[in-house]
Amino acid sequence: METKKEIEPVLEIKNLQKSFGDNHVLNGFNLQLFEGENLVVMGKSGSGKSVMIKCLVGLLQADSGSIRIRGKDITALGQIELDLLRTEIGFLFQGSALYDSMTVRENLEFPLRRHKDRLNMIEDTEALVIEALENVGLEDAIDLMPAELSGGMQRRVALARALILKPKIILYDEPTTGLDPITAKEIIQLMRSIQKKYGTSSLIITHDVDCARVISNRIILLVDGINYAEGTYQELSKSGDSQIKAFFKH
Amino acid sequence: MTQSLNIVKRTKAFFIEVRDLSFFAGKFFKEVFVRPFEFQELLKQCYHMGNRSLLLVGVTGFILGLVFTLQSRPTLMEFGAESWMPSMVGISIVREIGPVITALICAGRIGSGIGAELGSMRVTEQIDAMEVSGTNPFKYLVITRIMATTLMLPILIIFGDAIALLGSAIVENLKGAVSFQLYFNQVFDAIEFSDVIPATVKSFFFGFAIGLVGCYKGYNCKKGTAGVGEASNSAVVYTSMLLFVIDFIAVFLADIFFEI
Repeated sequence: METKKEIEPVLEIKNLQKSFGDNHVLNGFNLQLFEGENLVVMGKSGSGKSVMIKCLVGLLQADSGSIRIRGKDITALGQIELDLLRTEIGFLFQGSALYDSMTVRENLEFPLRRHKDRLNMIEDTEALVIEALENVGLEDAIDLMPAELSGGMQRRVALARALILKPKIILYDEPTTGLDPITAKEIIQLMRSIQKKYGTSSLIITHDVDCARVISNRIILLVDGINYAEGTYQELSKSGDSQIKAFFKH
Repeated sequence: MTQSLNIVKRTKAFFIEVRDLSFFAGKFFKEVFVRPFEFQELLKQCYHMGNRSLLLVGVTGFILGLVFTLQSRPTLMEFGAESWMPSMVGISIVREIGPVITALICAGRIGSGIGAELGSMRVTEQIDAMEVSGTNPFKYLVITRIMATTLMLPILIIFGDAIALLGSAIVENLKGAVSFQLYFNQVFDAIEFSDVIPATVKSFFFGFAIGLVGCYKGYNCKKGTAGVGEASNSAVVYTSMLLFVIDFIAVFLADIFFEI
């Protein structure tokens, strides 16, 4: 039987290093995300999780190391190729990052208008917008402005926007941060249902242990910019290591 | 000692800012002619900047014309030169006062708006979201706004000049019994191409400066929400300074080429 190690990962980070002046945030971080997998990267605040995810999509430039997404080294891509590759990645931002001068409909139409033809999407724009909003249960909010939505609703719309181009990989940056426990659970369930429906591979950055427990196939613990530990939730939660125990203790 | 260190630090920061602004302008010129062109967003920005500034520019221009004429009248009357009023007001407004005052108003109205808008987009990761979705935010947000201010400012200045002259004509009509036809005939007799062309050319530069500094400050906004206010505020301060520098250079060059 073919093991995961023999399968080509959809996303691979090797020896990633990133510093801001004397602050060495990532010191040789490694990661492999496989097709259909939910990989959670955990770590305390300031451990370099968000820096890592920003390096992944080219928002920050890594000092060294390689990042390959669907076989392409993103550090070697030109702007046009990088933009094209980015359409295969959905990104849910910590603060939702909805365009506040646009309605929910316009927020969802924005990536579609620009990439629909290039991606050979034959469906009607309106139908795609409604489908994405139905996925997150917010079809009634289509003509509202982001400021008129609650935090949880904004996060759902942001998720719908991340899904609109039907990406193969979704990156979640702290998807439950700032939400009440009930809304956080709803968002986690939504992430699971989307993963099942579209078979996406997800990389989830979080420090929410509950989120990691429910959604992860595998967890990487990021400490001082390196992979401190790796395993399933069950494995890590039973670990005797003091750093890991401190993290998984409720 | 501490004070002189502070001065050195501030001077250094100023030159770094000038260097970064120059690079930002360089990036604009590098990308402005490269596809894709964001025409729809450009038109939207032109409409927003132009249409929403019309009332402010109009009211200010009207009051400027009224006040300028009312305050100049007694002095001209003292010398028996009140008949020179239309040509004096016309030349002053078209050459200098109209463009500079309108540009300063637009720096406050448009420049600070751009700084705040882009600054808040930066701190709430909307610009990052745009980039991640495969859209070049520099082209979509910056180039369209700089182009819009560059194209709209000359129109706003011409509009402001016209309203200021109308205000002046009303005062002349009420105080000096000068008909509107006579007033505007005298104004157009006095104004020459050498007055209009440099003023129009410099108004494009004014518009470019307003858009450039507003976008630069907003696009590079840091320090969270406090940075948004700072971006908006410093956009107005830097633009106002830059407008006077451009004005000085424009007047200097016009003096050489047109012998005004």
